[in-house]
Amino acid sequence: MKMMTKATLLLLVLATAACTNPNRFGAGGAGGAGAGAGGFDATTGMAGSASDPRSPAFFNQTIGDRVLFAIDQSTISPEGRTILDGQAQWLLTNADYRAVIEGHADEQGTREYNLALGFRRANAVREYLVSRGVPSARLEVTSYGKERPIEVCSNEACYSQNRRAVTVLSFSAMTS
Amino acid sequence: MMKRILTLLIALMFAGPAFAQGGPLRLTITDGVIEPITFAVPSFEAETPQAGQLASELTRLVAQNLSGTGLFREVPASAFISQVGSFAQPVAFADWRAVNAQALVIGAVSMTGDQVNVKFRLFDVFSGQELGGGLQFAGTTAGWRRMGHKVSDAVYSRITGEGGYFDSRVVFVAESGPKDNRLKRLAVMDYDGANVQFLTDSSSIVLAPRFSPRGDQVLYTSFESGFPRINLLDVADVARRQIATAPGEMSFSPRFSRDGRQVIYSLSNGATTDIYRTDLDTGQHVRLTATPSIDTAPSLSPDGSQIVFESDRSGSQQLYIMSSTGGDARRISFGEGRYSTPVWSPRGDLVAFTKQNAGRFHIGVMRTDGSEERLLTSSFLDEAPTWSPNGRVIMFTRETQGADGASALYSVDISGRNLRAVPIQSAASDASWGPLQP
Repeated sequence: MKMMTKATLLLLVLATAACTNPNRFGAGGAGGAGAGAGGFDATTGMAGSASDPRSPAFFNQTIGDRVLFAIDQSTISPEGRTILDGQAQWLLTNADYRAVIEGHADEQGTREYNLALGFRRANAVREYLVSRGVPSARLEVTSYGKERPIEVCSNEACYSQNRRAVTVLSFSAMTS
Repeated sequence: MMKRILTLLIALMFAGPAFAQGGPLRLTITDGVIEPITFAVPSFEAETPQAGQLASELTRLVAQNLSGTGLFREVPASAFISQVGSFAQPVAFADWRAVNAQALVIGAVSMTGDQVNVKFRLFDVFSGQELGGGLQFAGTTAGWRRMGHKVSDAVYSRITGEGGYFDSRVVFVAESGPKDNRLKRLAVMDYDGANVQFLTDSSSIVLAPRFSPRGDQVLYTSFESGFPRINLLDVADVARRQIATAPGEMSFSPRFSRDGRQVIYSLSNGATTDIYRTDLDTGQHVRLTATPSIDTAPSLSPDGSQIVFESDRSGSQQLYIMSSTGGDARRISFGEGRYSTPVWSPRGDLVAFTKQNAGRFHIGVMRTDGSEERLLTSSFLDEAPTWSPNGRVIMFTRETQGADGASALYSVDISGRNLRAVPIQSAASDASWGPLQP
């Protein structure tokens, strides 16, 4: 019985942790019904304050949770490297967190290719973070291809924001 | 580019002179120029009192199907000189010649309870001969559209000498919601957009469903686990399960083999995306490509011996053909721009593809050696072609641009003619055209 309660609590924590940056798909939110339900707010609760260097909010907002890519490319830019250096540092300090790196593409491409391209971008971020010492066991990669644009116009101003890889934190007691 | 599109505005040429000499009505679909065959389809006779409305709806459906091909043009009923009194009565050919109807379809419908019987006859008006024998179909009132499609398929086949495609279903993704939070559900419909049925809810993203050769199962990519994974769904009871692919982080772009027992697909792992084959019975996996590039969108030839796929191994997306057991691949696309989503035609002679060039998307076809490339469409975003069962029509996704952009399904002849939106209530994408139903 006690075990079960513990398990339930852990599930709750994980469920909440799954949305430490609910804005990763844009203001509309996304990623399945219920993400963010329950009144969780990125600037309060578990995410903490953006001025607290140990908080996910700091990771998401101060360091930056995402890097952007050139058209059809997966090379990390110098600006991207600066952000990822900060992410790596944060992840090394906060060993209770894992991350899923979500790759995305703009709409100028076919669905299958964009899924693979998003994956390639997410993997480039993973490889960079691992090269900075983050254990690969704490990192997973996935891709949404062109399915979850954050900006919806059909020109480069939006496309440049959509070609991204977002590092989405989740809290996990089971650290490696 | 434009010139190129125009040069493929082909279609069919029918045996005009043969008509004048009283030869058989025959429309040969080739690269000639077109004059649609004119047809008249007077309202089917109601043989039982309560069959009146069904008879008239069936008649309209047959007329819509035939006109919708672009190969036939209906002579409106308002032009008719004589009506067909009864199914068995001799046809007054002179009256139909006078209104320039080359083909005449007459039919009769009877109803007993919810049982329906439909019969029809097809006449070559100018030679005064019947084409083929009378045929009848039995079914239930609920399935009346299928009977209309069967009649249409028989008429189409008898005049063109080719298989039809009206009595077929299409699995697709029904879309709703804003562009940055699109809700997607799997759905099936008749080829003409009627009878939409949902197969999944919209709780997770679903992509690119593919019918099994018999149309009883669907492979698709689902984000249910948070990661793209290939699922298999039984159409009859909508039971679904994730298939066991080779080990990898992301699997997508599945297609059935012709016997429905194997799946070819893409698997992403680390930096690469390669093509694999998995046997659904034994669970055995075979890796078919091994390059650092993105290899995806595999499609088998009708005889199962070869696979056409896209790869960016040359630096940009291009089309390649390899043996279905893997090994060396030869590039078949060499025009300007990027080529993707190849699909082998059911006849085996052509590959349909998406082409991206100079900021536009096109659906096109080429021979399997890469020759005779023809672009059929052009828009802000066209993609994901699928073949009609007879290989004469391609359905595809067209998406409009901007914040309010939405997807819809369109169809076009392989001649580039007869571009039409498929009428569906919701936005729609990623069609897979199933087989002609038995």
